[in-house]
Amino acid sequence: MGEVIVVTSGKGGVGKTTTTANVGTGLAMLEKKVVLIDTDIGLRNLDVVMGLENRIVYNLVDVIEGNCRIRNALIKDKRYPNLYLLPSAQTRDKNSVTPEQMRKLADELREEFDYILMDCPAGIEQGFRNAIAGADKALVVTTPEVSAVRDADRIIGLLEANEMQETYLVVNRLRMDMVKRGDMMSSEDVTEILAIDLIGVVPDDESIVISTNQGEPLVGSDSLAGRAYMNIARRLAGDEVPFLDLNERNSFFSKLFGKNRRY
Amino acid sequence: MGLADLFRRKGTSSIAKDRLKLVLVSDRAGCSPEVMEQIKNDIIAVISKYIEIDLDGLDIKITQTESETHNGTVPALFANIPIKDMKASKK
Repeated sequence: MGEVIVVTSGKGGVGKTTTTANVGTGLAMLEKKVVLIDTDIGLRNLDVVMGLENRIVYNLVDVIEGNCRIRNALIKDKRYPNLYLLPSAQTRDKNSVTPEQMRKLADELREEFDYILMDCPAGIEQGFRNAIAGADKALVVTTPEVSAVRDADRIIGLLEANEMQETYLVVNRLRMDMVKRGDMMSSEDVTEILAIDLIGVVPDDESIVISTNQGEPLVGSDSLAGRAYMNIARRLAGDEVPFLDLNERNSFFSKLFGKNRRY
Repeated sequence: MGLADLFRRKGTSSIAKDRLKLVLVSDRAGCSPEVMEQIKNDIIAVISKYIEIDLDGLDIKITQTESETHNGTVPALFANIPIKDMKASKK
């Protein structure tokens, strides 16, 4: 039986969709059978981040309303044989779907997939309730900023109130240079404040922008962010993986050659 | 910013952390500043019936305190109410 994981944050723009795309692709690389579901009805994005926007025929709302079968709406990612996307509907709104319907859909997909990843919309309204309805685990994504951490705390409270079994923290877009000079909260600071288990720290890395431009997840690549996302996938799959040394880009050689300045 | 400021300047991350901790305590308690103000006024009204209190020295806030029943902290209503005069004892 597969596991349903919701990727959520409260605040928008902290990297939910990027995290869903990269962690999901990472799990597929680990030879797990994975489906990514974009639950952001009306503001569909996961398809473009995955580079699958030209292959959409049916969407989540079509499946819920019975206009097509689940497998007709699933887009198979040709780069990774175990990876599928269920895109969101662009011309509908969050109220087109109920939490009960989402739970039923998730339970059907459990039969066939190892991991079902739900990309949650920002906010705490209907879209959030839909996305968390069928989930066993939640990844709460935040950046080390007061606004994002505050919203993450609210989300964690709501997840607890909804009896989410396991909730893990992803600290995204960390800048070690700023942490070192005391101008950015560290992942330890954020973890201490939010008081949930940390599952990943992703550095602010310009290669994310580059890979998103191309519609190609960067997980598994040699970039720091790519490795950080792969580590999250491996931890979800049950491996014990030590946290990355994010200071690496200041190493002697990268300074010497002055190239690949990664953030 | 001069060189002296640069050396004197403390990192802003600790400011962020302190501000967050404070705001989260009231967020978690579901208690807005307006509600806190109402609670404060009600407490003043009740206590003033019996005791004369020092309104300027009065401090009421929600803080974290060590839980007595389990590990970790729980929110607590903290009130520091200096007494000026015991009205009741005059009788």
